[in-house]
Amino acid sequence: MATLTLTVNGRAVTRDVAPQTLLSEFIREHLRLTGTHIGCDTSQCGACTVHVDGQAIKSCAMLASQAHGRTLTTIEGLAAADGTMHPMQVAFNECHGLQCGFCTPGMVMSAIDLVKNHNCSSEVQIREGLEGNMCRCTGYQNIVKAVAKAAAATQAMA
Amino acid sequence: MNARPGFIGKSVKRTEDARFLTGRGQYTDDIVLPGQTYGIFLRSPHAHATIKSLSTVAAAAAPGVLAIYTGEQFKTVGGLPCGWQINNAADGTPMKEPKHPILADGKVRYVGDRVALVVAESIEEAKAAAALIEVEYDVLHAVIDIATANQAPAAVHTEAPDNRCYLWQIGDKDGTDEAFKTAAHVTTLTYRNNRLVPNALEPRAANASYNPSSEEYTLYVANQNPHVERLLMCAFVLGIPEHKMRVVAPDVGGGFGSKIFLYGEETALVWASKQIGRPIKWTAERSEAFLSDAHGRDHLTTAELALDADGKFVGFRVNTTANMGAYLSTFATAVPTILYATLLAGQYATPKICCTVNAVFTNTAPVDAYRGAGRPEASFAVERIVETAAHELGIDPADLRRRNFIKTFPYATPVGLTYDTGDFDATMSRAIELADVAGFPSRKAASEAKGLKRGLGYSAYIEACGIAPSSVAGALGARAGLFEAGEVRVHPTGKVTVFTGSHSHGQGHETTFAQVVADKLGIPMEDISIEHGDTGKVLFGMGTYGSRSLAVGGTAIVKALDKVIAKGKKIAAHLMEAADTDVEFSNGVFSVTGTDKSVPFAAVSLTAYVPHNFPHDKLEPGLNENAFYDPSNFTYPSGTYICEVEIDPATGVTRIQRFTACDDFGNIINPMVVEGQVHGGLAQGIGQAMLEHGVYDPQSGQLLTGSYMDYTMPRADDFCDFTVETLKGTPCTHNPLGVKGCGEAGAIGSPPAVINAICNALGVKDVPMPATPHAVWQAARSAA
Repeated sequence: MATLTLTVNGRAVTRDVAPQTLLSEFIREHLRLTGTHIGCDTSQCGACTVHVDGQAIKSCAMLASQAHGRTLTTIEGLAAADGTMHPMQVAFNECHGLQCGFCTPGMVMSAIDLVKNHNCSSEVQIREGLEGNMCRCTGYQNIVKAVAKAAAATQAMA
Repeated sequence: MNARPGFIGKSVKRTEDARFLTGRGQYTDDIVLPGQTYGIFLRSPHAHATIKSLSTVAAAAAPGVLAIYTGEQFKTVGGLPCGWQINNAADGTPMKEPKHPILADGKVRYVGDRVALVVAESIEEAKAAAALIEVEYDVLHAVIDIATANQAPAAVHTEAPDNRCYLWQIGDKDGTDEAFKTAAHVTTLTYRNNRLVPNALEPRAANASYNPSSEEYTLYVANQNPHVERLLMCAFVLGIPEHKMRVVAPDVGGGFGSKIFLYGEETALVWASKQIGRPIKWTAERSEAFLSDAHGRDHLTTAELALDADGKFVGFRVNTTANMGAYLSTFATAVPTILYATLLAGQYATPKICCTVNAVFTNTAPVDAYRGAGRPEASFAVERIVETAAHELGIDPADLRRRNFIKTFPYATPVGLTYDTGDFDATMSRAIELADVAGFPSRKAASEAKGLKRGLGYSAYIEACGIAPSSVAGALGARAGLFEAGEVRVHPTGKVTVFTGSHSHGQGHETTFAQVVADKLGIPMEDISIEHGDTGKVLFGMGTYGSRSLAVGGTAIVKALDKVIAKGKKIAAHLMEAADTDVEFSNGVFSVTGTDKSVPFAAVSLTAYVPHNFPHDKLEPGLNENAFYDPSNFTYPSGTYICEVEIDPATGVTRIQRFTACDDFGNIINPMVVEGQVHGGLAQGIGQAMLEHGVYDPQSGQLLTGSYMDYTMPRADDFCDFTVETLKGTPCTHNPLGVKGCGEAGAIGSPPAVINAICNALGVKDVPMPATPHAVWQAARSAA
């Protein structure tokens, strides 16, 4: 067991974890933040995507211990304290960018990273940028629309 | 409808989105019960083997292990039932129906077959213990190839020595054969409809518990039809009294058919939860899902179309070998028969049709319904051969279709269905406009100038949805009726809870059903909640598949609403001292005809529960009604899809440049949701046509495409922006909403459009699915 201290959705968290614990497992089973989903066992589907120090990462491809001292944001930590949703969450609702909701948390976390850190805004950029996130319901069309809409809103604010 | 112009037909944003977007959805694996334990299934590494010996001694002594169960413990309970009996054409004898054991009983029949259940304090401990179970196998010949399964040197089941489940036929065989004798032209195609793995993003999961105080079981399960799950498990397998079993399908992360069926995993968990007296949770890993979820499609077909000198279809003859896999899954036998061959008329007035289906057992995972279930295979047969015939005869493919369209309704097909309504020319004309077919030659020239090939392909599909009229289903071998149930509970304050037997796992019923209720009762949508997926709350339900939720489940709700309004009128009449027959209900207000007397809905609902001075001989307190609705016919969505591809003949790389879908779904409730359903269906259909393929090694029977590293899932950059339009359409004539269903159309209509476009681009007769760059490159070389 190792002691792990990190910031999760704005709060300091300290837990003892076994060294082989994956970050995805730590988030779901130890912190009981079940918005982060596990959709595969080969780091392909992207449903477990979270932000570590503001960068999107697949939490199944990182050990919990590697998050020591870092800042973790999960889907539960995106909305403002008063419940106001992040513009990306709003855009997904407005564009019908989700159906069953299972890929949605990872998709939203990836999409925010694409817009914020990689300046993706065109349809081609967004489609290529979302290559690491699978959705079986939407055919991606409305997800792409949602990301483009949020990107445009972000650029307008900048 | 008795509606305030409000919500029906509007793209109302989904109310369920908020919880999914903020991580508050609750899927089965998110649930942890007090005293939770974890189950792991030891699975067969062999496609076909007898179990010579099995020892759990070492495993049972491993840390954290609570129990280990094998086929030995399940010998006395029933097998997993098959819900549809198909009879042999020759003599009317029933299909071969070998037992589908909960855990393997002496023999394993596919890679991934369940051998043992290990229950431990943690997943890690259960996995470690499973690795200590010693199994000695005697490996047998694996039957994999469906083309040769009937002559294979081994039998998957001793009951079926030739590996045949049934040999079934529909249509007029002699008449069809006769039509071919006098035909001016015959087009023939032999092709494989590729095997698919459904891959809902949420893997299957279950969490079962037993309460010794109430003697009740509770099963949380990722499932599309919890009442059916309960009925099958209680009545046919475990013998649990149905009233002592609650099945909850909470938020479910996609189904596409794969979560309809009763599986051995949850059945074993339910049984074992009583044995150990603690809840047991199992969640499939993705690689486990690949091995053990029921797969889809997997047909080998020869189709022949006979035409007269005018290009009129005179006969259609289809021979299909369909893979059942190792055991019969819940609906498996219906998929390549009732849901397939009955659709072979397509949109055309072909007078003679005959289809023969040879269903075979193989040492592969069970094959069952996957989005479209039989109907994609039918539309592929029809739309590929029609387009091929058009090219062979030098007739424009759209023109050949128009010459043969059914134009008057109702229309009884030669394969058992009666289409109530449709306008096939309307969807085709609009699709041609939207796809700018007129501009295709110049786009083709531009591609050719770059050394690229460009092709255009059509598909004019029809499907049977709203499954199903129980009488028809029964006549066709269904062992259950296929109605739906709904209940409308009006609370004293006028708020409404609706309970539906349909189940939403992405379809958005919480929004769309509320739109219907809001319009019907004239109340705000926020005053309505839609409850589904819990046998402890919902009176009954047959669940969600076959694009049936709105057409059947929605209609049950409408019928219950009619009863609520009828009773409300009586209460209002009592309140306003008028005759029942003089009371009208509109826009949420009861009024007396020809007067200014009125009472709002909430006043009536309150009175229903505060029944001062009710005439008790005529009026009961309360305002809660339910209805069961059994449709009188299927519904028939139809449309035309047009695909345009550009191919680099040097590499075979194929890009879809345009994809146009024009559908007739009858009336629609929420255009945004309908479009979303079409987008998703198209992605799965195009995925089948170009990317996805479940492949078993023909010798060893190992699944070669057992992960996302090997099985090509469609991703965002595989698609262009689809052009999707739903016409005002021809409303369904036999349900009060006039709706047909939209969930499967995209997956049904799109594969032949893609393959037709690729064939058109290359000038070849056929390209196999999936049309990977390698397959396209080979086809391009063969044409050169």
